[in-house]
Amino acid sequence: MAVLKDATAIVGIGQTPFAKRLPQSERALACRAILAALDDAGIAPGEVDALASYTMEETDEVEVAKALGLGDLTFFSKVGYGGGGSCATVAHLAAAIASGQATVGVAWRSRKRGSGPRPWKNTTAQLPTPAQWTRPFGLLRPADEIAMLTRRYLHEYGATRDHLFNVALACRNRANQNPAAIMYDRPLTREMYMTSRWISEPLCLFDNCLETDGALACVLVSAERARDCRRPPVYVHSAAQGLPAQHHGMVNYWNDDPLTGPAWTAARHLWKHADVTPDDIDVAQIYDAFTPLIPLSLEGYGFCGRGEGGSFTEGGALEIGGRLPLNTSGGGLSEAYVHGFNLITEGVRQLRGTSTAQVPGAATCLVTAGEGVPTSALLLRN
Amino acid sequence: MLTPVADDDGAPFWEYAARGELRVQACADCGELRFPPRPCCPHCQSFGSEWRELSGRGRVWSYVVPHPPLLPDYAEQAPYNVILVELAEAPRIRLVGNLVSEAGARLDSVPPERIRIGARVRAVFTPEGLPQWVLERP
Repeated sequence: MAVLKDATAIVGIGQTPFAKRLPQSERALACRAILAALDDAGIAPGEVDALASYTMEETDEVEVAKALGLGDLTFFSKVGYGGGGSCATVAHLAAAIASGQATVGVAWRSRKRGSGPRPWKNTTAQLPTPAQWTRPFGLLRPADEIAMLTRRYLHEYGATRDHLFNVALACRNRANQNPAAIMYDRPLTREMYMTSRWISEPLCLFDNCLETDGALACVLVSAERARDCRRPPVYVHSAAQGLPAQHHGMVNYWNDDPLTGPAWTAARHLWKHADVTPDDIDVAQIYDAFTPLIPLSLEGYGFCGRGEGGSFTEGGALEIGGRLPLNTSGGGLSEAYVHGFNLITEGVRQLRGTSTAQVPGAATCLVTAGEGVPTSALLLRN
Repeated sequence: MLTPVADDDGAPFWEYAARGELRVQACADCGELRFPPRPCCPHCQSFGSEWRELSGRGRVWSYVVPHPPLLPDYAEQAPYNVILVELAEAPRIRLVGNLVSEAGARLDSVPPERIRIGARVRAVFTPEGLPQWVLERP
């Protein structure tokens, strides 16, 4: 891992608009985001020789490479488990570039979740065989699966819905500073949160991420090459994936300890190979498909002790100026839900000093992928 | 309603359930219980397995109350409960199910306010062979 530490840097980021509905295809959105990222980096498409995305990305590398006029590809990778794969796309490119398998890598995610089919509309999609243990009983959606862990979490540690609201509010407050965010002009109040409709008790409407159309991309090169790029380099300081022993995606109920999820596994590797500790992190972009993933992740990544994730959110800790400013573009809850890729690009903006909710002097940023599924994480620094 | 799509490993669970028996896969060599079923024992790597009958008693580890939008058959019964039961003999094994007033009753037949984490429950079976749970002290 010493080989990977600061060996590569993100030098370009790009994105399309985010909206509930966009007219363009996922492929067109992917191409636009990638071209924007390459332009940001000042690198020509013909120089790209590595691609990485999610297994759930439906725009494959053949189509992307052909449409954009990319060069000969010598590395391409896809990472599984939905939002758990976001940071691993960058990690795979970093490993490929650091080990000489490629020189210019692009990671991307394009998604039409806002206008696409609703997960609960398609009955056959509800029934892969692992679902035989959950779906017939009406545990149908990710929100239901995470709500089960949430109820136990609240019960076991005395955490409250106010703690979940603190998470939703921090994300919304940052989105209210970010014109690109879907919830830019939609403030959130405690009353709105507490009186909103249930999705799956104990999770209400505002505990759930947005449904978004949009695409994002980033460009990775070696640290040496990065020094000559258009923008200040944002170095990949440490990277990790995490699939804990006996883990079962989304419903981690058959582990000895269901409340310690993949974040704990990824975190051990991430910090082991880093020069910094959780105390040194200036700003965090933590995967927020659901609010309770934040306290679970705060514990997993070592920002507080076990069971303290709820109380950690008190006193404005997640706001700008707080102990750990969170999801400063609004995150999946309030900017856009694009399987967490917007958390990576926002991490880059923070370390460039160009966020719409800039943490003064931010020099280190933790970015995480989906908790509750096999996950990944990045430590970025400038 | 969705019915279980069993794989080779899971099929015995559903066959026993259809007979009104709650059985869990156990290693034929080291005896460790495991769930969900799978071909190999994660404890000793043996491929031998057997299906051990359990008492059907457990406690509510957690529960949720889903609201629509949901698949139509489920939306019709919503809000209903889904519970996670830790088995008395093997607390690490937690089964997803529904707390109902009696075997075969609707998913919303027990009001959510009657459900408590830690409540003792007992397995019953629908006519279709799906395990459900009733409160030991209704």
